[in-house]
Amino acid sequence: MSITPFVIKGGRIIDQQGDRAADVAVGDDGRVAEVAVDIDATGSRVIDAGGCVVAPGFVDLHTHLREPGKEEAETIETGARCAALGGYSAIVAMPNTTPAIDCAAVVRQVLEAGTRSVVDVRSSGAITVDRAGEILAPMAEMAALGVRIFTDDGTGVQDDGLMRRAMEYASDLGVSLAQHCEVDALARGGHMNEGAWSSRLGVPGIPAEAEELMVARDIALARATGANAHFQHLSTAGSVELVRAAKAAGATITAEATTHHFTLTDACLAGYDAVFKVNPPLRTQADVDAIRAGLADGTIDAIATDHAPHTQEAKQAPLDQAPPGMLGLETALALALTELQPAGLDLGQIIALFSWRPARIAGLGDEHGRPVAVGEPAHLCVFDPTDTWVVDPARSASRSRNNPYAGRTLVGRVRHTIVAGEPVVIDAEAQR
Amino acid sequence: MRHLLAIDELGAAGIEDVLGLTDSFVEVSERSIPKVPALRGKTVVSLFYEDSTRTRLSFETAAKRLSADTMTFSVSTSSTKKGESLRDTVETIEAMGVDAIVIRHGSAGAPWNVAQWGSSAVINAGDGWHEHPTQALLDSYTIRQRRGSIQGARIAIVGDIKHSRVARSNIAAFTLQGAEVTLVAPRTLLPPNLDGWPVKVSNELDAVLPHVDIVYLLRMQLERMTDALVPSLREYTERFGLTVRRAAALANDVLIMHPGPMNRGVEIAAEVADLPNALIIDQVRNGVAVRMAVLYLLLGAGTEWGAETSTANAREARAT
Repeated sequence: MSITPFVIKGGRIIDQQGDRAADVAVGDDGRVAEVAVDIDATGSRVIDAGGCVVAPGFVDLHTHLREPGKEEAETIETGARCAALGGYSAIVAMPNTTPAIDCAAVVRQVLEAGTRSVVDVRSSGAITVDRAGEILAPMAEMAALGVRIFTDDGTGVQDDGLMRRAMEYASDLGVSLAQHCEVDALARGGHMNEGAWSSRLGVPGIPAEAEELMVARDIALARATGANAHFQHLSTAGSVELVRAAKAAGATITAEATTHHFTLTDACLAGYDAVFKVNPPLRTQADVDAIRAGLADGTIDAIATDHAPHTQEAKQAPLDQAPPGMLGLETALALALTELQPAGLDLGQIIALFSWRPARIAGLGDEHGRPVAVGEPAHLCVFDPTDTWVVDPARSASRSRNNPYAGRTLVGRVRHTIVAGEPVVIDAEAQR
Repeated sequence: MRHLLAIDELGAAGIEDVLGLTDSFVEVSERSIPKVPALRGKTVVSLFYEDSTRTRLSFETAAKRLSADTMTFSVSTSSTKKGESLRDTVETIEAMGVDAIVIRHGSAGAPWNVAQWGSSAVINAGDGWHEHPTQALLDSYTIRQRRGSIQGARIAIVGDIKHSRVARSNIAAFTLQGAEVTLVAPRTLLPPNLDGWPVKVSNELDAVLPHVDIVYLLRMQLERMTDALVPSLREYTERFGLTVRRAAALANDVLIMHPGPMNRGVEIAAEVADLPNALIIDQVRNGVAVRMAVLYLLLGAGTEWGAETSTANAREARAT
């Protein structure tokens, strides 16, 4: 696609190199051509960034695109559009599709569909065949197609011996293993956090220990094998503490937290609305506070969305029959700005959690989450940190409507998203 | 009152309303033609996703004695698996024109979902492990019938609290009426977190029994064995069953209750279930009158239910 050069004017750049007011010129090669105060834009298209922050594009480590298999809930095209509206330039598709992304053929199918979408769609690969936890999936053939993260997300690898072999094998390939930490023997049959609310509501619970035991196991296995272990969607105070201690002891592990795990608690389930059902489940306020502290002190490296579309029919069911998962791409930044700034995180920290830190974990550190500097790929997110808006699920670009924030007023809104020099979102509207 | 979903939502005043009205319906039930026209023209559907013949019959009898039309939508487990969603079922039923849906469902919260999706009055006839409010109301009525009041009564609820909707509703109802409730169970059969529950907890039945006025035994579901929540039924009975020995040591006026169906020989000895201070049959009998009161309160708005009207209605009922 040919790119028309343009200038982003009047913004404040915040990236890993600091915070400064400057305009950004993007050239027809899709790269940043100039960064300077008051660039002369005569003859160029101008994209207004007055009052806005210009940041490196975001990278979501954890997106469910539902294609192939559940296209009625989301497609790669619609999921990518949600990502663009959320300020993302790249997303990592989770492998729990039908069929699972567990071999080169399915990886190719996802990447091929991704080339037509508005953001850079990368694929993860399953650790085990069909995510069944029994036989290692052909990681090398998937890695050869560019897969950098392997996970059985939706479930954790239960077998300790198999997980150890997966880590050993992955180390050879230089890829990362991301774990959905949940011990089936403790979690099976549960539909929400086990605690005061589940006890009152009479809903079978998933105890915090179901997550923490596997976090502890994988920390031990990562230490033994030297593998790059990444912990997905940490949800409990105990998990944060385990990761904090392991990092202090020198472990080379990384971790993510989702927006919902630092904004919602299990009290949301009081009305049995399955839109609040998610896995790992919403926990207690103490856990929310611990996740926020982990984000603030760097224990948690990245904010992920776990964007998980489900149709109305699937979600309008009794709590124990509805599938877990909630939308996230379009609200993630605003939730972080609304909830984490008052908790003491500044804009630079928040952008790091969305951009260059997850980019590195995804193995995309050379392409995404780059500084806003001459010669770098023009993946940019321009957001207004003070714009106030009300979440309306009906306006989502997703095929699904399972948004738990309906009616909530948020501060901060993505205004423009630039992916490889193409303005894919202008004034909060998707351009294609 | 729009729905009857949970005891907490009903509140202490709501409990008084239901139990106050129940007296009149007990009187109706004792007539030679136990029927009044209070809900003539109203339609009550029982939507039972779990088999519970006794609860369904009790509701249907209650509705019929109030002259409501009744329909039964019986759903076997296999047909729900291949069949339509709960939401579609509710919309289908409502399209036929109904006034109340009495729902029993294996999923906690299903009655809330139905109340949200539909426009009928919804009565929770048991949802998963969560609530069974009419059971608690009939239990309360039965205790008051025998003791006059629940205020100050010391009640032990014994057995599988964790998986029991009867326990959750009764804890709420008994404590709202001023009773002192003690839960007696092994840790494996207690809810994992009891923060904020207005109860005492013990794992030693023998220590609790000398200090209670009412022993409320819960059914020990045999499938709990496969979950290994207790080592064996024999050991359960030994620690938590109301055996002949334990019953003999009770003061004469201590009441024995059970929501049924009983596992005689497990949570309650066969002989104990038949003692004069066992209220198990009274509980069933009162169930109909309590459910009449609930249906009337939900659907009978606009028709007066004073003593005079009741007599007039009764006369009318006899005449027709």
